[in-house]
Amino acid sequence: MSKESGLLIANLARQGVSRRTFMKYCATLASLMALPPAAGRAFAEALAKAPRPSVIWLSFQECTGCTESITRSHAPTLEGLIFDSISLDYHHTLMAAAGEAAEAARAAAIKANWGKYLLVVDGSVPMKDGGVYSTIAGISNHDMLMATVKGAAAIVAVGTCAAFGGLPKAQPNPTGAVAISELVKDKPVVNIPGCPPIPVVMTGVLAHYLAFGTLPELDKLGRPLAFYGETIHDRCYRRPFYDQGKFAKTFDDEGARKGWCLFELGCKGPVTYNVCATTKWNDGTSFPIESGHGCLGCSEPNFWDAGGFYRALSMPAEPLKVAAKAVAIGAAVGVAVAFSNRTKKTAARTGHQTATLADLEK
Amino acid sequence: MTVTNRVVVDPITRIEGHLRIEAETDEAGRITRAYSAGTMVRGIEIILRGRDPRDAWAYTQRICGVCTLVHAIASIRAVEDALKYPIPANAQLIRNLMIAAQFVHDHVMHFYHLHALDWVDVVSALKADPKATSALAQRISGYAKSSPGYFADMQKKLKGFVEAGQLGIFANGYWGHPAYKLPPEANLMAVAHYLEALAWQRDVVKLHAIFGGKNPHPNFLVGGVPCAISVEPKPAGPGHGPHYRGGQEATAVSMVGLQTVQNVINQMREFVDQVYLPDTLAIAGFYKDWAARGEGLGNFLCYGDFPAQDMNSPDTFFLPRGAILNRDLTTIHPVDLHDPAQIQEYISHSWYRYSVGDGKGLHPYAGETEFNYTGPQPPYEHLDVEAKYSWMKSPRWNGKAMEVGPLARVLMLYAKGHEQTRELVGYTLKTLGVGTEALFSTLGRTAARTLESKIIVEAMQGWFDSLMANIKVGDLKTFNETQWDPSTWPKHAEGAGFTEAPRGALAHWVVIDDGRIANYQAVVPSTWNAGPRDAAGLPGAYEAALQDRHTLYDPKQPIEILRTIHSFDPCIACAVHVTDPEGEELVQVKIR
Repeated sequence: MSKESGLLIANLARQGVSRRTFMKYCATLASLMALPPAAGRAFAEALAKAPRPSVIWLSFQECTGCTESITRSHAPTLEGLIFDSISLDYHHTLMAAAGEAAEAARAAAIKANWGKYLLVVDGSVPMKDGGVYSTIAGISNHDMLMATVKGAAAIVAVGTCAAFGGLPKAQPNPTGAVAISELVKDKPVVNIPGCPPIPVVMTGVLAHYLAFGTLPELDKLGRPLAFYGETIHDRCYRRPFYDQGKFAKTFDDEGARKGWCLFELGCKGPVTYNVCATTKWNDGTSFPIESGHGCLGCSEPNFWDAGGFYRALSMPAEPLKVAAKAVAIGAAVGVAVAFSNRTKKTAARTGHQTATLADLEK
Repeated sequence: MTVTNRVVVDPITRIEGHLRIEAETDEAGRITRAYSAGTMVRGIEIILRGRDPRDAWAYTQRICGVCTLVHAIASIRAVEDALKYPIPANAQLIRNLMIAAQFVHDHVMHFYHLHALDWVDVVSALKADPKATSALAQRISGYAKSSPGYFADMQKKLKGFVEAGQLGIFANGYWGHPAYKLPPEANLMAVAHYLEALAWQRDVVKLHAIFGGKNPHPNFLVGGVPCAISVEPKPAGPGHGPHYRGGQEATAVSMVGLQTVQNVINQMREFVDQVYLPDTLAIAGFYKDWAARGEGLGNFLCYGDFPAQDMNSPDTFFLPRGAILNRDLTTIHPVDLHDPAQIQEYISHSWYRYSVGDGKGLHPYAGETEFNYTGPQPPYEHLDVEAKYSWMKSPRWNGKAMEVGPLARVLMLYAKGHEQTRELVGYTLKTLGVGTEALFSTLGRTAARTLESKIIVEAMQGWFDSLMANIKVGDLKTFNETQWDPSTWPKHAEGAGFTEAPRGALAHWVVIDDGRIANYQAVVPSTWNAGPRDAAGLPGAYEAALQDRHTLYDPKQPIEILRTIHSFDPCIACAVHVTDPEGEELVQVKIR
């Protein structure tokens, strides 16, 4: 193939995507990423020039929920991504090849894109007993990760399992599961926690990388500040009821039906940093609180060990604390999260420039 | 000694989780012995011990993000069974709608995104004539997107992709393999529908988002459903401006949300009728040889689901319960999840140890899970299949290996005389020109998945209408709070919760002591199907199916193995989730 034919803009033109649609997409992303409007143009220029960069996606101790979530992405769509923007060269759940042919595809992608490919990982890595708790093609997850990390430009850990250890790491952590960032120290790692993460957060980080060749600004836990800068509670539509002291006491009382605050039913929104309340889920259809269940805190480290999903937080503004048996490590991490987030939150807010759908249509 | 070759397929891709198949073939490439191994484990039941049983659904739900609600449903039902905790009628209806939506969503995605590439040659689609493709599409369906221009655009898009030289997820597929039989036009149509199905599935999960807040992993609740219904008219006047969130817009289950649910039901029905069903029949027509292989056990098991009343009234289930043995559809055997003699798990070929000896089977209430990894240290070439070789256990019903899933359910409906099922099966067999015996095959399994999608999607409207009728007369009850407080619970309780998951019969067994989980066991569909040999050396469903008339054309491109394994829709994170690496025994529980 000629070099030009692989360029994104050529692909888009072949597929009848207009320049206007493309610019709109870039502007939407810029807005979501809390970047100044000019970044939309930068996105557009960078994306138009790029041949589709190689992405290798490895799945370890996971449930495939993160992959399912990215298939639910409305803008950009998964098919849009893999046909127009990236070359998804290895992904267990989606790839045609199996067995030897699949492993050959991984080897070929590593070789052809050495130093340039993006490595996406979902799932934690079991370190106990030589890694016998999870193997692929007879290789331990740890060996496969480290072999694939070597030639990667950067690593994106999607989901709370890859980002923080997640469910496999919950007490008593039977398989010695660890987060990706505990194993990869010499390459940039961006964490996109959530169980699963919101699709647009995953695609947003990918788009940022495609456009700039860098990762977006991260907080101390390696999370993109643009998406994890504020708590769910800060942006929740039920927040006014919290301020008025109006709380649902059970799941279908008058308060529940009137959309009152779920704080007393165990909502972890006040200590959970994510954008569910603003982007919402499944094309803006709803999010957990809007459908009557408190936030589980699923994008926070150690949320599985935080003491019960229906236990009301003792104090609204405290960080997500970990139950007694995990206090030693957990609470320290929790405090660090909250501290780093509060300091960075203001910065994120000042840097944010809003763009509405109406603006984009102009 | 006869010459045998060992074929290893690891990873099996286009499935959920980590599955390895090892097969021995004779000189002609025919599979003589097949071995199925789960190679990943997390230990979720161990993690559950000591926790609040009301929280368990969230942990078990993360067993699998594909069949994203089934383990949550089984979990809340197990806790409700243990606590004798009834739920309101609206909650039952909403659960039915959510389970049904999962079925239809999951089955369509399996067909197009996981299974199709075993039958559809993407590269061949480039040679298709868009006009002829359009004619083909219009002959089999009234689906709107079927013009020559639509297929020409689709082909152009595909061509651009292939010419750019970066094949991405399609790289290294077995394109051009003689096992691909579809004409280019059918391939192009299927590729177009691969993309249409991706777009469709994103929209129809909105049903889960409305009732459960998000998808994947919507929220559930012991004692009902968490989504309060808010259909009161919005009050007018001062203080009720645009930022007011009381009344009609207070929760996602508003009149607007319910209208979205109705739209989703319509969209699901339309896609199944106009795309999924016609495509299945059209593609199957080219692969009739696959109606003569790939079903090895002949035994089928269903727990049943979609209660008209409650979970203790199996006679009211829309999907019936029962067991079929030796392909004999004239006798349906009763199934009891609480009977310690019926469902048992074996570990002779699994990396576990039993205190009563590795040759015995144990009912889940008395289940033991003691880790005993005896496999090779990674990296390894082969597993020792004569010894233990999988993280999956081997569940058995009355000592027999059973197949669970769509084929089992359709056979059960058929055997029970369900009229719509009889009509659909008859129509399918007639269209393909094959006899009833064709059901017992790889193709039969794949077709059964499509047929039950149609049966279930049509039942959704009834549940939705009942829900709306209740709301109209003012019944907004969605949660029963009487047993929510643990102080109301007995000191000791145990229960079994079950569901028909898209992949088959699923059940969780929970033991609660002093308000906390003392023991938790899940026996899941893909363990039934993908589990290894048992103490008697009897193979599991995957293994038996692969040993049923499979000859590999090229061992380097084992597409024949993929076709049959994918026909089961493996979900391996589900199948392998139990272990106790500390070597301690799970709490022993006396049978009632």
